[in-house]
Amino acid sequence: MEDFLRFEGITKTYGSTVAVDNVTFSIRRGEIFSLLGPSGCGKTTLLRLLAGFEAPDSGRIILDGEDITDLSPNHRKVNTVFQNYALFPHMNVRDNIAYGLRVAKRPRAEINAEVDRMLNLIQMEAHARKKPGQISGGQKQRTAIARALIMRPRVLLLDEPLAALDLKLRQRMSLELSLIHDEVGITFMYVTHDQGEAMSLSDRIAVMNNGIIEQIGTPVEIYEAPKSSFVAAFIGDTNFFDGRICEEIDSEYCRISVPGLQHKLLCFNDKKLRRGDLVHLSIRPEKFQISLESPQVGPKHNVLQATVEDIIYQGDHTCYWVDIGNDWRISLIRQHSRFMLDEHPINWKNQVYISWLADDGFMLERYSEADEELLQAPPQSVGEIEVEEESDPTGVSEGGA
Amino acid sequence: MSLRRRQLFKEWGLTAPSLLWLCLFFLLPTLIIFAISFKPSDPLGGVGEGWTLDTIVALRNPNYPEIIGRTLWMSVLTTVITLALSVPIAYHIARSKPWKRDLMLLLTVLPFWTSFLIRIFAWKAVLHPDGLLKKALVFCHLLSPDSLLLYRPGTVLMVMIYTELPFAILPLYAAVEKFDFGLIDAAMDLGAGKLRAYLSVFIPGIRSGLLSACLMVLIPCIGSYVIPDVVGGIDSMMIGNVIAQRTFVDRNLPHASALAAVLTMVMFLPLLYFLKGKKQEDGTATPAREVV
Repeated sequence: MEDFLRFEGITKTYGSTVAVDNVTFSIRRGEIFSLLGPSGCGKTTLLRLLAGFEAPDSGRIILDGEDITDLSPNHRKVNTVFQNYALFPHMNVRDNIAYGLRVAKRPRAEINAEVDRMLNLIQMEAHARKKPGQISGGQKQRTAIARALIMRPRVLLLDEPLAALDLKLRQRMSLELSLIHDEVGITFMYVTHDQGEAMSLSDRIAVMNNGIIEQIGTPVEIYEAPKSSFVAAFIGDTNFFDGRICEEIDSEYCRISVPGLQHKLLCFNDKKLRRGDLVHLSIRPEKFQISLESPQVGPKHNVLQATVEDIIYQGDHTCYWVDIGNDWRISLIRQHSRFMLDEHPINWKNQVYISWLADDGFMLERYSEADEELLQAPPQSVGEIEVEEESDPTGVSEGGA
Repeated sequence: MSLRRRQLFKEWGLTAPSLLWLCLFFLLPTLIIFAISFKPSDPLGGVGEGWTLDTIVALRNPNYPEIIGRTLWMSVLTTVITLALSVPIAYHIARSKPWKRDLMLLLTVLPFWTSFLIRIFAWKAVLHPDGLLKKALVFCHLLSPDSLLLYRPGTVLMVMIYTELPFAILPLYAAVEKFDFGLIDAAMDLGAGKLRAYLSVFIPGIRSGLLSACLMVLIPCIGSYVIPDVVGGIDSMMIGNVIAQRTFVDRNLPHASALAAVLTMVMFLPLLYFLKGKKQEDGTATPAREVV
């Protein structure tokens, strides 16, 4: 159950570039497992290795107890939905879907019945006689899925299947994909660079960077408990604080002294670090509270004074960039779960208090300064930005990622 | 309205010169040849007065079916072998690294730097009974001293394939270059072996290139005259040689015209089929090529 599909010490190099570097992980039966990472991180290489289009330099791939490393693609019980769909342009939708079964020389009646079932599943009966050039992107997508699913693969590989679709269609197809998954119960391995897709679809996500897996976990684990600065910065947005532990309060909490900050940050010490240890803290923008008056908070809170440098109103929430001293900008988000129009608004250059619960700062295991590049940069020409006061509900809320 | 008219004017204005050219120097001469077929011959080698069906009747020469049959057979054979050789070559060129690809394309068109006639005579020199190749083969006991390399149907076939290869490689290269090799991955992913994947996906994928290459080879072959004349013997005579004979030896222009008209019709049929296939495919444009 646990090790339905296992990659063991897989390494793959192209010339002098290491695409996948000694990667080991397992996928469970029936789950939607995503490989998420920026382009060139090795996720597509892993998919091509599993499909059999590439052979690893070293390592084994075990599928349901069987070593499939040396099998050619046509002998593997896995099928792929390609990024550009790779539908056969000279065949109509029906023939495309039937291709695999025809190659397998199944009886004609059985092929017809299976294809009809698939056409029904993807609701493409009306377009069965059309060539790929005559159908829309979403329909091509569904055809490609049906063409792979009809082979009843042990694992269905999806290579950025939604990347070629526009936003609305992407959201709908993403929902359809999870419906199809529930219906057929096949293990999905899903490759994407879109964190929104990965978060909404997956049971588990492997975040990849530079040929290695940075972290494997459920979407919640990946977001709330990132192990490395890369994961923290690549998934969503965050703020980094680097410092040393200056005081161990008890077995659970410690204080961190951060260069450039007067306040010694109170932090939950889940990594059991000792006094003097280097700490890299990640705090997500939505964990902060912002207020004009000094907040009434408990002893487990940190409170900093700051100056508002930028306000980006997004309808359901507002993003603030605040200066916590020495031109150090951090980003924070305030949800408008309750919003009163007569409330005293926070304006540009206001002195504010920001506070957060010590438990909401998360200690990273690995930190690389380069990952700060992934974060949203503070706006440059702050002086010229006008703050939109009028509420615009149709708005500007960004979808997904 | 004015926009639509301007558009029409632009379309016709741009097409008119080439249309006029084709009408003047292609359609009109072809029609004249068709017309001359129905004229009596003139003992001085010209065209006589009035109209007659004599030349059409004279086409029932007992030698002609064999020659026409041979012409078609040789042309089809040349086309099939040329295509069979060109597909792997074009595939290899298209899949090579850019510098290697450019080099091979250059080598493919390199023969065009030399006159077609000179190349054919070069073959004659190579295959000549006193030539180096024959001497070498006889020396190695691969050939008996009294056998011939030249003046045989096989020689004509070989030289025709040699001549036509670039005309097949270039359109095929263009088709292979555009082919999405991800489709081969997809076919193999669905269980097809390499051979099956290539036959069921690659070959249909380069269909327009195959059709272009087919025509580019077949049509000049049917009309070929120089190659059988220079490297062929009596038993490799093709319809082009007969037309030349009627024109230059018998000086019977109407008879030659009638044969040429038959040849034109024979070539027109595959073209029609090709254009029908092309319309569905909307593939690559076929560059025009003179018949040598």
